[in-house]
Formats: sequence, structure tokens, C-alpha cells
Amino acid sequence: MGDNIVTESFSETHRAAATPIVIVGHVDHGKSTLIGRLLYDTDSLQDGKLAQIVESSRKRGLAVEWSFLLDSLQIERDQGVTVDSTRIPFRLGSREFVIVDAPGHRQFLRNMITGAADAEAAVLVVDAKEGAQEQTRRHAMLLRLIGIRHVIVLLNKSDILGFDEAQIVKVESDVRQLLGRLEIEVEAVVPASARDGDNIASRSERSLWYKGPTLVEALANVPPPASRAALPFRMPVQDVYRFDGIRYVAGRIERGTVRAGDRLSIGAQGQVATVAEVCRWHAPELPVAGAGESIALRLEPDLVPDRGDLLFPADDQAAAPERSARIRTRLFWLRGEPLRVGESFTLRLATAEHDVTVASIDAVVDLEDLTLREGDSVPPDGFAEITLAASHAVLFDPFSPGFGDGRGVLVDRYQRIVGGAPLIGPAELADGEHAIHPTASRVSAARQVQTRGHKSGVFWLTGLPGSGKSTVARAAELALSEQAINATVLDGDTLRAGLCSDLGFSPEDRHENIRRAAHVAKILAESGQVVIVALVSPLQADRAQARQIVGENFHEVFVDTPLETCEKRDPKGLYAAARAGKIPEFTGISAPYEAPVSPELRLPADRPEQEAINTLTAFILRIVQP
Amino acid sequence: MTQTRILSRDQFTTGLAQPRIMDDLDQLEAQSIFILREAYRKLKPLSLLWSLGKDSNVMVWLARKAFMGHVPFPVMHVDTEKKFPEMYAFRDEYTKKWNLDLLLGYCPPVEEIDPSLPPAARSAARKTAGLAAMIDKHKFRGVIAGIRRDEQATRAKERVFSPRGAGHRWDVRNQPPEFWDQYATPYEDGMHIRVHPLLAWREIDIWRYIEREGIPLVDLYFAKDGKRYRSLGDQDITNPIESNASTVAEVIAELETSRTSERAGRAMDHESEDVFERLRVAGYL
Repeated sequence: MGDNIVTESFSETHRAAATPIVIVGHVDHGKSTLIGRLLYDTDSLQDGKLAQIVESSRKRGLAVEWSFLLDSLQIERDQGVTVDSTRIPFRLGSREFVIVDAPGHRQFLRNMITGAADAEAAVLVVDAKEGAQEQTRRHAMLLRLIGIRHVIVLLNKSDILGFDEAQIVKVESDVRQLLGRLEIEVEAVVPASARDGDNIASRSERSLWYKGPTLVEALANVPPPASRAALPFRMPVQDVYRFDGIRYVAGRIERGTVRAGDRLSIGAQGQVATVAEVCRWHAPELPVAGAGESIALRLEPDLVPDRGDLLFPADDQAAAPERSARIRTRLFWLRGEPLRVGESFTLRLATAEHDVTVASIDAVVDLEDLTLREGDSVPPDGFAEITLAASHAVLFDPFSPGFGDGRGVLVDRYQRIVGGAPLIGPAELADGEHAIHPTASRVSAARQVQTRGHKSGVFWLTGLPGSGKSTVARAAELALSEQAINATVLDGDTLRAGLCSDLGFSPEDRHENIRRAAHVAKILAESGQVVIVALVSPLQADRAQARQIVGENFHEVFVDTPLETCEKRDPKGLYAAARAGKIPEFTGISAPYEAPVSPELRLPADRPEQEAINTLTAFILRIVQP
Repeated sequence: MTQTRILSRDQFTTGLAQPRIMDDLDQLEAQSIFILREAYRKLKPLSLLWSLGKDSNVMVWLARKAFMGHVPFPVMHVDTEKKFPEMYAFRDEYTKKWNLDLLLGYCPPVEEIDPSLPPAARSAARKTAGLAAMIDKHKFRGVIAGIRRDEQATRAKERVFSPRGAGHRWDVRNQPPEFWDQYATPYEDGMHIRVHPLLAWREIDIWRYIEREGIPLVDLYFAKDGKRYRSLGDQDITNPIESNASTVAEVIAELETSRTSERAGRAMDHESEDVFERLRVAGYL
């Protein structure tokens, strides 16, 4: 029965979806000009559009500028850079394409990813004279990490080199070497001039030595997407509905095929159910569905999976996904601050969400030559290989260009997407290493602010012994509580009485003392608390480490009381003892104190104490009040 | 019925039922269903903007596809009270037939709108104000809207899930990254997400889908006395085009040879170069 339905004369009416092509490259290497030229040469402009370019060019007193076609937003023209990606359809013969324009401006990497992630092929535009530049390397790296399978290189502005074969072959070989290092297969390297139209849609008279394809020929040669139908079935559960008394397990098939009667495993718990029905509304009834379809399944028994549970073939070990709580992954990092070991995120993987912590940064990509180096942080817009530790086993398939598998995305506590993580595979644990799988709070930062009525923060008071840190901190704690703000004070002596009672005052022990205080402060701040740390913390390097541990919530406050004043006050009699040689390594006397160079707040000593308290309280309020 | 249950390469040739090969409309449909299901799961309360035009009818239809014949959230019609009478009749008929939970919103008079806008844009901005009032009243976290990238250059910059901050403003220069089908979620109070399930569709895709699915439309889209509407706005700021296309098939045939843009009949798009972006930053669709 079913066989007859699927053999309907489908091929006659079949229209393939448009092939998305992303155009990337260094700023000013000619991406927008290329797109304008492509549309004109392939006769793909709407009547109104050409008139718009002519009018816009005329208003600015310029000859026709192809790039104006894309610069449709006023702000773009004001800045002279393309802000976001745009999609423009064009046609080559019977095949349809969609051009995704991706900006070359460095700070707009996230817009480029937004445009490029769905592309089937990329055109990497390289200025023939300038060769590969910083953004060329960055974009090439990104093409690999987001999984673009086909790359065409356009050596633009080749007219500047007079289409000289020797010079162009040299640039070509450099670019091929660069892309080879990224394991990117280059479909063609086309010497061209977008402005003049050489080797774009028609073969140039100026490069008769060149026997390769024109850009348009190279695009036409891009093969259609690989079929995902023959791979083992995967459907991440998107949601579960109950309509008209029937339970539906809804989702999109990432790959493979599912049929009524198939036995499926559900998520990591190992439950098994049989597909009772493949359900659709207002569509031909078929007992089967394939990759890419958004469907609903009726299961027998009538189980209720969770969103994120992966459905895959039961009873076939070879068809099962990977399963690990430690995962090695590549990373493209989109946050404005660097990534460091120990940070926690939500890993989104299709519809699943997992709590993960960065267990290690295994290698960082050097963007000068795209080699892997050791590193302890990943800079903004940087690339790396890292290991993630999850709080429980994660089911996944390794990332593979052109497929939906293993496309991890890291999300921070503010629900911001901060990185892309194409998963490599399960991480091996080194011998003797304990596997730790920290968990992260599910309470969002916004929710904490809502329940507590204020934001969190760590206010790190540094200064000489006797400078008044603890006094000011305790007074500020009280003043804040009168404003209904919960603050915790971590001061040196209190910590040393308990948590750090095993530590002395050697540089190593001081360092450890500060490290512990910073971690405690971080945990408290992450739970929404305002934390005031009062620690001598004499060394710049130790405070820098504390800042690194705490992260963007860290605020350095310098209690700037001069040595003479502290010594005169000497509330605990310590200076006298130190002068008498009874206390070795006493900060200010026999151990150094490095004053902060640019603290966020300085509390000068020449003012009454109450003023320092008021200043600190006001400073904290300004930061933590929503 | 007995079947072999484990899939292997050999069985592809043995007569086991095979999935349909997806064409371009199937792919667009599947992606839109995915988006609608994400919105329903992640954004509560959620509503769908039903302007009564062809695109929003397709959107209601896709919602019914996503939710097995149901639309499990309210549809919202923000009424300028200047629509064509045919549109109001259509609204009443299909609210019943499709079992929709209809919310009606009204727009403030034009005198209350920014007088620095050109006249037609000022009139169109009434809808923005009416929509903002509805979102505030119902505290919607998600609003599904039927805009498409190919309609207008500013819309081409949009995300599928587009965050709107305080005052419903669209921060076009600071949009979140969106890739691998991972969408933004609201991260602070008072903000909402505009969801755009039709962003990747083109005008001709909409019409071919209407033809394939048999989706009903207001008659104004079809030619009468040599004129028809290609895009439906308010009566006073929408102009019909010259056309003899009186069926869906004839409209498709006409579009396949047309080279003018869809919104050519919308007066506000032509008043000045940046007016449409100004409207959109403030919350216009």
C-alpha cells in the first residue's frame, strides 16, 4: 500500500530549494561590488533596484556604485561598512541561488556567522594585490568551523596586477596553502575583477592563460547537498503536545528515516517505544518520514519524553550516538571578554540543553598563521579547542560539515549566545585525573535580580594592614542592609580563622588565601549576593588572578591609607610587633605592598572615615541597583 | 502490517516505503513549522499577528500544520479601521472556520503620531502604536509576524527571533548571533521577541504554497477590471497594480515574469530613503 503512495510522479514537479552561497573576505576586498556585479551580469535585478542604485549614486555625486545595491540601510552608508548580512536571490539557468553577504568588519563576526551558517558554498574574496589578510584568515577559519563544504576563491582586483600570470599564481599558491592548513577543499581559484566583470559571468580577454572556470561556472558546479536519508535515524524531541486526547511527540528529523513500527530509544535513560503513527496535518498520509521533515510521532507505549531527548534506533549498537559526560569540541568564541577554564554555560545541542563547565582549554588558534598553540584563555572572536564537562552523559554525534550533527552552542547566564561549539568527540581522561563535573545554577541572572531586588557583584578592598578595610566593609554592609541589599563581608582575619586556618603568611600561602577568597566570592556572587572582600592582597598579580576567577563582576577598591597613618593607628598592635621583628614578612614593613594602578574606586585617607563608608556604599548601590 | 525495522542500505531497494523527496516548498514549510514550535515552547504568552493578508494566512496555516490542526495561542488583529470591507468579512468568516482565538486591537488617531514622518508613513505608524499597546496590555513575550526578507531591504536584516527591548525598539546594530537554528530568548523584563517564520520565503513561494495547499484569500488579490492588489495595507495608502490575473495560477504566472517589487503599491516606501527603517526601529513590522 505504502509503496504506491511514494512512487507518485514527484520528480516532474520537483523544485530544488535555492542553494545558499555566502560571500566572505577582508574589508574592502570587494564583496559588495562582486554581488552587485553578479546580479547585473546574471540579469537578476528587479526593475526598481537598478533605478535605486542609479538614484543613490547620483544623489551622492558618484558613478554607478554596485555596492549601493546592498547598502540599503542609511546607517551603513554613513559608516561606509555593511552592518549585517543580507540575502539576495539570483538564478543561473534553471538553478536558484541565494547570496548571503557577510560583512568584513571585524566586530561584526556574529553577523557574519548568522549569514554564513546555512550556506552550502562560500566565495572567499581576496584582493589579488594584498593577498590573505587578518579577516581572510578569520573568515576561512570560520568557514571550516561552521561546516561549509565548498569554497571558491575569487582573486579580485586582478586588473591591478594586469592579470599577470606569474604574480597571480603566487597569490593563488599562498591562499591554497592557507586553506589547505584548515583542511578546506578549494573548488576553484578565479582571477577576476568584479568592478569590470572579468571572469565573473564571462571569460576575460585579459587572462587568456587562465583555463579554470569563471565564477559563475564554479557556482554552477557546486553539487547539491548530500543526502541525509541513509544515515541512522535521529530526531531530537522539540516538544510534546496533547490535542484531541492524542499525545504527539513533535520534532524535526535531523537525519535518517522513520517508519511506523520502528523501535526507538528515547534519550539517555534507555526507554524504548515503537512508532505507532507518523502524524502530519493536511498532508498526504505516509507511514514514513525522512531527514528535514518536521513531524509528530505517536508512540506505543504512550511515553512522555522530555524536550531535548534524542530519538534513535533501538536494538542497534552501531546506529547509536556517542555518549559521554566529557566532550572535546572546537570553539568559535563570540563574547566580548575572554573565555577561561572553569566557566559554566548551557550547551544547546539541537533542542537539548546541558549544564557544562569548561574543563580545559586544550589549544588556541594563532590567527597569524592558523596554528594551534597552548593557551589559558580564548580571546574575543578567537578560535580554540576545549574540553567541556557536563553534569550527566550527553548523547551526540560528532560535527560533520554539511550535516546537522554536533552543532553545539554555548549560552551564558544572561541567555546570550557566546560561542559555537562543533563537537569533536568524547574526551579521554588523562591517567590519575579525577573527572569532575560541576553543575551550574538553573536560576537565570535576571530571575535572581527579580527575587533579590538587586544585582550581584564582588567589591575587592585592598590596602595596607590597619588601613580600615574591614571597618569600612562592615559599615557598608550595614548601610546596604538598610536599603534591603544583602551583602556578605569576607575579611582576612575571619577567613584565616576557619577556611584558611591552614595557611601562613608566606607569598605562596598569601596567594592561596586570595585564591580561596576569590572562589568563595565568585560562588556567592553567582547566587546573586553582593560580596565585599577586605583583604590586604598586596600583590598586583594575586589581585589580577582574583579578577580572573571572579570575572566581569569584579570591582577593585583601593583603601588608600598611607603607611604612617596605619602605623600610627595600629589597632591590633601589629606594626609595633613587626618593627620589633616579632612578625616576619609584614606587609608595609618587611614585605612589599603594590598599590593598584587604576582601581575602580579609591578611598582616600585624608577624609573622615564616615565619608569613605558613604562613598563605598554609594559606589556599590550604583552598580547593584537594577 | 509486518515490516523489517532496522534500516540498512540494502533495504532501499527492497520496496520499503520511502520518504518523499522534499522540494523547496516542503523545506520552507518544515523550517517554518520548526520555528513556530520553538516559539510556542519558549515564549509564553505568545500571539500571532493576523493582518488578513496572504502572508499571515499562510502563517496561520503553518501554525495549524505545526499543531495538528490547532492554533494553540491567540491571533491578534491590530485594526486601523481603514481596511477594505472585504478584509473584515474574511476575518469574521475564518475566525470561525479555523477556530481562532481572535484578539482585536485598535490604533490611535493619526494626530497622536510623530508629525515629522511623511504623511503615508505617519498613517502606517498608527499600526505600530496599536500593536505596542496590545503587547503591553497582554504582556506578550513572543509575537509572531509574517515579514519576509525579500519584501524590503530593511527586513532583509532581520533575525528569525528578533529581540525588542524597552519601548519595543529594534536595535538593528546590536542583534544577537543566530545560527544552527538556535534562537534568542528574552533575557530581561519588559522585552519581547518578534518571531518571523516566513523570513526565508519569497513572494512567489507564498503563492505557490497557497496554490498547493488551497489556502483561502481575500478576493482583492485577484484582478477585477484590469486591476488587482499585490500587497494589502490600509485603503488610503495602498494602490492596486495593472493586472489580469484572476486566479492563483495566473498570479504565479504573472510573478514569474514580473520585475517590479512587491511593495511598489505601498506609498510610504517611496517617500524618502530611510523612512522604512525609521518605522521599523520604532516597532513597525
